[in-house]
Amino acid sequence: VCLAIPMKITAVHGDMADVELGGVTRKVSVKLVSNPKPGMYIIAHAGFAIEVMHEDEALETLKLLEELSEISDGISKQEANAKNSEGDPGRA
Amino acid sequence: VIREELDRPARLMEVCGTHTVAIFRNGLRDMLPPELKLLSGPGCPVCVTPQDEIDKAIELTGHAIVATFGDMMKVPGSRSSLEKEKASGADVRVVYSVLDALDVARKNPDRQVAFIAVGFETTAPSIAVAVQMTAAERLDNFTILPCHKLVPPAMTALLSAGEVEVDGFICPGHVSAIIGSRPYEPVAKKFKTPCVITGFEPVDIMQGIEMLVRQIAERRSEVEIQYTRVVRPGGNPAALRAMKETFEVGDARWRGIGVIPKSGLRLRRSYARFDAVSRFALKPGSAKEPAGCRCGDILRAVKTPEDCRLFGKRCTPENPVGPCMVSTEGTCAAHYKYARLPKFTRK
Repeated sequence: VCLAIPMKITAVHGDMADVELGGVTRKVSVKLVSNPKPGMYIIAHAGFAIEVMHEDEALETLKLLEELSEISDGISKQEANAKNSEGDPGRA
Repeated sequence: VIREELDRPARLMEVCGTHTVAIFRNGLRDMLPPELKLLSGPGCPVCVTPQDEIDKAIELTGHAIVATFGDMMKVPGSRSSLEKEKASGADVRVVYSVLDALDVARKNPDRQVAFIAVGFETTAPSIAVAVQMTAAERLDNFTILPCHKLVPPAMTALLSAGEVEVDGFICPGHVSAIIGSRPYEPVAKKFKTPCVITGFEPVDIMQGIEMLVRQIAERRSEVEIQYTRVVRPGGNPAALRAMKETFEVGDARWRGIGVIPKSGLRLRRSYARFDAVSRFALKPGSAKEPAGCRCGDILRAVKTPEDCRLFGKRCTPENPVGPCMVSTEGTCAAHYKYARLPKFTRK
């Protein structure tokens, strides 16, 4: 349940804010963090921002996650290729 | 590094379901030397919710629209589950946030809405805010079933019971974002057990383990923060304030562990009218646990899922018998998904 992906605040409306991750925008409550502003990165849990992350650390985390997903995509593709070359289309 | 520093076998426990899943998904257990063992503790909120609270949640479907986080749906109570009640016509709604449940109440002013408030310190502040909003908006049709549990008291309860030897705790990242590092001090000081607050990426977890091993090797027992990019020693003051204003600490029953003193949250007197138990006069049920289910022992890390005769046979994610198989963060579900197959292929 604990999603550790930093999301970027794009707009603040009172206690709520729009946050963006990978082109997808969703609304979270910012009642539990102080001075929420557009451009800040937050960690959200069950619809609430629970902590603010420094921008450089957030960007580093996002870069790391992107690399990891590229690696696992690469592995899945390799596995898929290996399976295809084994002539086992039923397991795709 | 780990192998060089460790001069004796050590057992580290994670007490967070997200850690359990991350450790299994990334095969971290297999990357560690055999003298270092990882145990899964009571870190899954749904799993530690005792049977009488599950039964109350199910009973609530007779009084109100029940709003709940998704992983509660399939948990079997003594006689039914929320999913079965929904299938037979009850109005049960899966929500992502307590704010969505509050919206259901606003949109249905002539019906009662009850939210099943499970979770640890990470979730409790959001429920506190929702209860305060309910009071401020004078909504008279929203209640919560308070099932919140606190993590550090469960850690000390496990150590006091002495059933399982723990040489260090991998402490939860986001629980600690709320409470900070201080609440773990009794674990480190009184029980001389090192604690490291750890993030959720594989590199975070490996670094957290390394910090624990170093403490063990150097005979230190302190609370350290590996997850410094999110966790501050004092926690999140606004979240702690919201929790304190709304809830008071009380004894709570945990599945498999029993009643742990000061390990739960109940609504303060000023917010007691938002407690579903009193509004609908819910009675304590028989709270019968499923026959043969070892979830309780597994939550205390006294048994592993493989020790349970139902595991993978009568109890699977499709047809779970106990909550540890229902929740994606449950130890049984993690073992079923990630650890079952390699066991047969490993030499």
